Amino acid sequence: MEAVALHISNGVLNGPVSAIYGVIALVALAYCVSRGRRDLDDRLAPMAGLVAAFIFAVQMLNFPVLPGVSGHLLGGAMAALLVGPWVGALCVSVVLIVQALVFADGGVTALGANVANMALLGTAVAYLLIALLLRVLPRTPTGLGITAFVSSVFAVLAASQGFVLQYALGGTTDLEHYSLGAIAGLMAGTHLLIGIGEGLIAAVTVVTVARTRPDLVYALRGLKRPQPATAQGVAA
Amino acid sequence: MKKTTWFILGGLLVALLLAGVVSNFASGSPDGLDSASTKGCTLDENDEITGGSCMAQNAKDAETADSPFADYGISGIGNSYVSTGLAGVAGVLLTFAVGGGLFWLARRRQPAESRE
Repeated sequence: MEAVALHISNGVLNGPVSAIYGVIALVALAYCVSRGRRDLDDRLAPMAGLVAAFIFAVQMLNFPVLPGVSGHLLGGAMAALLVGPWVGALCVSVVLIVQALVFADGGVTALGANVANMALLGTAVAYLLIALLLRVLPRTPTGLGITAFVSSVFAVLAASQGFVLQYALGGTTDLEHYSLGAIAGLMAGTHLLIGIGEGLIAAVTVVTVARTRPDLVYALRGLKRPQPATAQGVAA
Repeated sequence: MKKTTWFILGGLLVALLLAGVVSNFASGSPDGLDSASTKGCTLDENDEITGGSCMAQNAKDAETADSPFADYGISGIGNSYVSTGLAGVAGVLLTFAVGGGLFWLARRRQPAESRE
């Protein structure tokens, strides 16, 4: 059986950089807890648990993007849309921690680096785009779907470049055949395709929730905009 | 039972099906990070690095490589469909329990008029 490695392994980044990212992740997660608590009420808490469990499930579903290369959803954009950026980043972090501690996916020393890329950077970029796009696009299922797609693509790209930065700071191997620029290009290319796959999954998921239970979608309540009388679809 | 409870249970069921069944149809190819990490190295048929120069050259096993759930399987179960499926189901339930539990503990307590 093939070893399943989806996240950064131990030994790829050196000790100091791993430690620095561990501290960054801890501080940022503590901040997310304090901000997220304002959003977490009796209804959002179980929904956030569900979002984490759902991200775990979908991360197991690697889809092919190129011959011999696959990708899987990271989940930050979807989580930010459904439960908000702070709780969303925590959802992705819970998944990464469970994966590292129980499923041997991603090294424990690399946990901070993995959290920084996928839970923090990815979710932050996604939420900036979400906040922007939802000011322009109609708050309908279609608008939400487009938002989910676009924010996912850029979140995944950002996460992939977050790793390139980490490798530039503290990669353990001096690459002979590839420059860091070439690695950045490689990562951007595959992750653009992965982002498109993630975008489609995120769009379908968020639109499905918005059609079933719009009241459970954070992005539909988080942005304080006057509800137009013709909020077709969403209000239905 | 409340509507929201039904929604959560329905969502969990979808997640369990994805992790428990659909996961067996997932691509077994290395993902984008993994494939970039071995660029420049030569690999044997087990994808072990045999030479060259690549980012994953000094990669080490996870501390938890001996976990019974390592690599999304359950050690001791020979049938890979059953092994992956059960590991997926366990992962979804564990993530929901840990995540949902922590979020529940951290939640903002509502005043008495909460919508029970």
